[in-house]
Amino acid sequence: MSGPQSVGSPRTLTRTGPVIPSSLLAMVALVLTEIMLFAALISSFLIVKADASIWPPLGQPRLPVIVTAVNTGFLLGSGFMFFLANRRFRVGDFPASRKLMGMAVFLGGVFVAVQGYEWSKLLGFGLTVTSSIYGSFFYLIIGFHALHAVGALVAMLHLFLTFGPQGQSASRFLGTQVFWYFVVGIWPILYYLVYLS
Amino acid sequence: MSEAHTHHEMSFWEKYVFSTDHKIIGFQYMFTGLFMALIGGFFVYVFRMQLAFPGIDVPGFGHVSELAYNSLVTNHGTIMIFWFAMPVLIAAFGNFLIPLMIGADDMVFPRINRLSYQIFLLSALVLIASFFVPNGGFGGSWTAYPPLSAEAQYNATPLGAPMWVIAVGLEFVAFLLGGINFITTLMNARAPGMKMYDIPIVLWMIVIASILFMCSVGPLLAGAIMLLFDQLIGTGFYNPAHGGDPLLWQHLFWFFGHPEVYVVLLPAMGIVAEIMAVFARKKLFGYKTILYSVFATGILSFVVWAHHQFIAGIDPRMANLFTVTTLIISVPIAELCFVYIATLYGASITFSTPMLWALAFMAEFLIGGVTGIFLGASGLDVYYHDTYFVVAHFHYTFVPIAIIGFYAGITYWFPKMFGRMLNEYWGKVHFWGTIIPFNFIFIPLFILGAAGQHRRISGYVHFPDLYTQDLQNLRIIATVSLIAMLAFQVVFIVNMVYSWFRGKKAEINPWKANTLEWTVPSPPPHGNFAEFPTVYRGPYEYSHPDREVDYWPQNEPGPDPAKSRK
Ligand SMILES: [Cu+2]
Repeated sequence: MSGPQSVGSPRTLTRTGPVIPSSLLAMVALVLTEIMLFAALISSFLIVKADASIWPPLGQPRLPVIVTAVNTGFLLGSGFMFFLANRRFRVGDFPASRKLMGMAVFLGGVFVAVQGYEWSKLLGFGLTVTSSIYGSFFYLIIGFHALHAVGALVAMLHLFLTFGPQGQSASRFLGTQVFWYFVVGIWPILYYLVYLS
Repeated sequence: MSEAHTHHEMSFWEKYVFSTDHKIIGFQYMFTGLFMALIGGFFVYVFRMQLAFPGIDVPGFGHVSELAYNSLVTNHGTIMIFWFAMPVLIAAFGNFLIPLMIGADDMVFPRINRLSYQIFLLSALVLIASFFVPNGGFGGSWTAYPPLSAEAQYNATPLGAPMWVIAVGLEFVAFLLGGINFITTLMNARAPGMKMYDIPIVLWMIVIASILFMCSVGPLLAGAIMLLFDQLIGTGFYNPAHGGDPLLWQHLFWFFGHPEVYVVLLPAMGIVAEIMAVFARKKLFGYKTILYSVFATGILSFVVWAHHQFIAGIDPRMANLFTVTTLIISVPIAELCFVYIATLYGASITFSTPMLWALAFMAEFLIGGVTGIFLGASGLDVYYHDTYFVVAHFHYTFVPIAIIGFYAGITYWFPKMFGRMLNEYWGKVHFWGTIIPFNFIFIPLFILGAAGQHRRISGYVHFPDLYTQDLQNLRIIATVSLIAMLAFQVVFIVNMVYSWFRGKKAEINPWKANTLEWTVPSPPPHGNFAEFPTVYRGPYEYSHPDREVDYWPQNEPGPDPAKSRK
């Protein structure tokens, strides 16, 4: 092991091979921060809820549990499509991968659209950011998630549109994928804590 | 990563303003941070003058109203921690050192790196702008507790308060981007042969600090968004009348706030470790011990936050728990100090300016650490809380970290950064001119705190118990010492500017150090390495018995003594 190694042009030597690709590592770091951010929002919500004697506060509308449950299905479906797209991508079947990406974007778009529609109804029923602490937390947490979803969808749409016959930048594909899994994966937790309990 | 650079003539703007070169971005962070430190220094001069000589017209400022006093204190703290300590210790040194010390040509994501600085600059501009809006900058303390921070009718700064929150939020986004870069680069861009335990300790410290920052900043960002909503939209997240909870902010703030101490402490300790090994000409004692202690400290730092809230009405049983964790966290930190001292044991030390700073760091930080134990005990804290004892304690931690740590780093790496040597004589004058007044500022504050002088009061004229001649003399000693300390910083500025242009030309490796940044020209060219280096051993092989020279550069082909010893 010891002793001088070949001292050729160091440029030709392989550098310490990344165990995890840079784009993935960077995205994991970002997602870690995001998880802590959502954890803080959720625990703030739970603390305030525990402090309250009546929950939800009187005179505030109930949240659309059933519609949102169906909508959760769309989001999970979108995540699954991305998963399948990744499997096709890995084996180099780019046309199929692109098609599945398109499905993922479409289903994600449906989720955001239904959310937006439900919000407009809730606003009509008198649930606003300032109508009560209930409304404040609802729009803060769910809105923040929606913002993430929209951002991720824009990135995914861009990925979809720039898909060439040679596929796509693997690192961008990987990074976007991790972020979308985060957006999809955190949703059932939010749904359970905010809508159901 | 390794494709050749196409060199073309770059314009001034490309080269210094919109550069993606990690060294330039490091300098941008450093000079912005130093500029902000000047503002923070001016603020402390003004409010210390008011405390020592209540009611006078402070030269250069004028009469200090209560509102102005609050704003000055708040923004002094805010600036020194968020716009001086963090940009200089993590961002400036991290950017400059990480690629150079691991043998890379730049960060993994150079454009994200540039974006990071631009957002940081924007945050600084927002903060500075907040001083000039009607009613001035925010004055509700750097901890920004609601309801004071949430409602304009209490803080009297309807514009200053939200601008403060926005500035802090932007700043954190900037460091988030920087931190992602640091972690990725250290993990993925190391020179061939550089294994985990061959990484210089300062880089570990900067990267662990970045990880701590990223794990703790989320809750604060969440809290800041809620605070901004309360301020601007009129939600009631922190307002009990609307079902909210003001204590919530304190938890979110200090969940970030305590790890933040280690976020700035660790880079400073890393800088000190590098300097100690070089000027003691000894192998750094207990490399792995240091690393694991730091990991332990990092994890523990997430379960001590409520020691800032002993008096805030939290459950006393919870206070007990946090007393215990707080006392536990002092164990790895104390151990680190002993390990550092072990490096010095039996060494023939060169008392150069960087080494003086490094030793001063140890001595002064020890005082800060020991007095922290008083405050960590919830019983004692009932008395000391909100007194100048607290102020003196955290300045004995933050001044060694931010100011002494910075000076240690800049005096050590100056030759590499600017290609010239700093003047040693004036460096030492500046050292003593800073260290001696520093102690004369804060020892009086310990005494004042023990005497019961509370914080955040713009003058003690209306407090007969505190407005005695003895106590007032102590305040005057502190203020005069502060002015002396500030005045001696001029020596540094002149020395730095003079040496930059007229100093002795620096060789490639003036300190005879082992790490990779000392194998490239001073200052390093764009792209750093003409040929990418290969690493053969750890960074601290000084005074090895098999060698004629007392150092052993990491990139010199040959055996790895760590392996042959087995
Ligand atoms: Cu603390």
